[in-house]
Amino acid sequence: MATPTAIEPQQQEPDPAGGHKVAAVRVPTRTSRGELRAIKVVWKRELIRFRRDPLRILTSLMQPFLFLFVLGTGLSRTASAGTHGVNFKTFVYPGVLCMAVMFTAMFSAASLVWDREFGFLREMMVAPVRRSSLVLGKCLGGATVAGFQGVIVLLLAPLVHVPYGVTWIAEVFAIQLLLAFTITTFGVMVAARVTQMQSFMALMQMAIMPMFFLSGALFPVRGLPRWLEILNRIDPLTYAVDPIRRVVFANLEISGEARAVLVPGVTWWGWRVPTIVEVAVLAALGLIMLAVAIVQFSRAE
Amino acid sequence: MAMDRTLRLRRTPSPRPMTLATTATAVSVEQLVKRYDEVEAVRGIEFEVQSGEIFGFLGPNGAGKSTTINMLCTLVRPSGGSAHVAGHDVVTERDEVRRNIGLVFQDTTLDGYLTAEQNLRLHAELYGVPREAVLPRMTQVMEMVGLWDRRGSLVNTFSGGMKRRLEIARGLLHSPRVLFLDEPTVGLDPQTRSSIWSYIRELKSREDITIFLTTHYMDEAEYCDRIAIMDQGRIIVLDTPEALKASVGKDRVQIQTDDDAQAIRSLKEHFGIEATVAEGMVTFGVGEGEHFVPRLFAELGQPIRSVNVSRPSLDDVFMSYTGTTIRDAESGATDQRRKAARMMSGGR
Repeated sequence: MATPTAIEPQQQEPDPAGGHKVAAVRVPTRTSRGELRAIKVVWKRELIRFRRDPLRILTSLMQPFLFLFVLGTGLSRTASAGTHGVNFKTFVYPGVLCMAVMFTAMFSAASLVWDREFGFLREMMVAPVRRSSLVLGKCLGGATVAGFQGVIVLLLAPLVHVPYGVTWIAEVFAIQLLLAFTITTFGVMVAARVTQMQSFMALMQMAIMPMFFLSGALFPVRGLPRWLEILNRIDPLTYAVDPIRRVVFANLEISGEARAVLVPGVTWWGWRVPTIVEVAVLAALGLIMLAVAIVQFSRAE
Repeated sequence: MAMDRTLRLRRTPSPRPMTLATTATAVSVEQLVKRYDEVEAVRGIEFEVQSGEIFGFLGPNGAGKSTTINMLCTLVRPSGGSAHVAGHDVVTERDEVRRNIGLVFQDTTLDGYLTAEQNLRLHAELYGVPREAVLPRMTQVMEMVGLWDRRGSLVNTFSGGMKRRLEIARGLLHSPRVLFLDEPTVGLDPQTRSSIWSYIRELKSREDITIFLTTHYMDEAEYCDRIAIMDQGRIIVLDTPEALKASVGKDRVQIQTDDDAQAIRSLKEHFGIEATVAEGMVTFGVGEGEHFVPRLFAELGQPIRSVNVSRPSLDDVFMSYTGTTIRDAESGATDQRRKAARMMSGGR
């Protein structure tokens, strides 16, 4: 701590009105330490606000629950012909793990639109810190609260016939955090441009629903019609659902036949993409969008 | 890669030039211009604010006050000219300026879902207030505005006046050299307005601070050490309230008649007085109002329904320099200009 951060003992003489002594503070010039404090406080604000809003926790869980228990249960009989004895709910579970974090991450980014509308964004924009610190704090905050949401769905594992295990839960959680970060940066990038809440929500729905349906959350990704296969491979969510499914299914005792059909893995021109590359795709995308969001917010007056 | 950009690009901290603390000029502005696509919101203004002053920007909505304040706060880039705040250039030394100013905007910029204390702590973190100084300083500013007891309450539960007080406290948290208050009392009831003003004056006596504010309430401008009247993007006059009032000199008489046009003609014929209609009344200035009124009744030649004589006020100053009252100027301000002001106060 080399910066001049000490309180200046500028205890001025008591003023004639008999008021308090002035404890003036000295604000140091910009340092990386100061930027870290800014990142941390923006991150922390997300957490405080999330904790204050239990309704949001519930509403964000609504959609994953519907897919898992209503769609999953409803389709399990029909689907049983193709799943080689694996419960359909188990098959859908990795997709739902992704979905759980997606919605919360999206709402976190949406709060930026509110912040602009209610003026709070201004308080952050005029602070003597880099815009990149604000954007990064926001994205990390969104990822953290979304990750918390992901944990809730992770805890449901036994209900869909997946036994608990430390390793797979840790691995899945890491991918969930990464996905949540990427989705938040996407939302923040959009929020830099879109100033109306309605437009923002409509845009996010328009992006997220197709992403979810194309991702292979609800079907195996091999043997698809050409058009669907192409769309599936360019859908970023594919690279979150597939590694999570691999991790979850690696932990299950199922027939090799079932494994081949249900967890075929994503291929690029016949090459089976390794998990590490899939995760890298997701991370790269998140970083690129983060860079774009930072540039946009740095330009904004 | 984008992540460590934050860290890599940091500048080496430069020691704060301590001489600035005693710089006599808190704000200096030269030929400042701001153009929006079609509107020239600020048209080349110049002024200086001395350290320790309460300096008021007075003018109708859309006069360019907010645009000017936003340029001084580094929120809006000037289209031309230059401005220095606390000795730093608002364009090239943005961060230095920001560190040295406190801001209270027209619209609230508090996070309603956080408590008062959390809002202040967040501000302290963003401005890098030394950790050990946060609590004493926060206690001090919150006590000053009488909100220390409510520090644990969510800001959403606060009234408009409390929010404004909290914003003033927050604006002071990092001990700025210049506190900018953009319409600090707009939308508040008279009682709250006067309490805000007592905080502002108390503040001036207590801290080494310059206060720069905009208002369109004439009565509030009286509290300022000096005021600049701004209209249509230009500073029309700048002086102390007393000097401005003295420059007008005359008492103001307002009468209500059934036929204003006839009354204006009669005033010109019988008394040689040029009158205009302002705020729906025939308005003119005379040397000694009380002595003039009896003559007026006797000689005007038409019934007068009411009469009002007042000593020169800032309203009259405004009127004599702009040819209109501030209220009339406001209703005449185009929506276009208001929109422009809105746009930039919206933060984008």
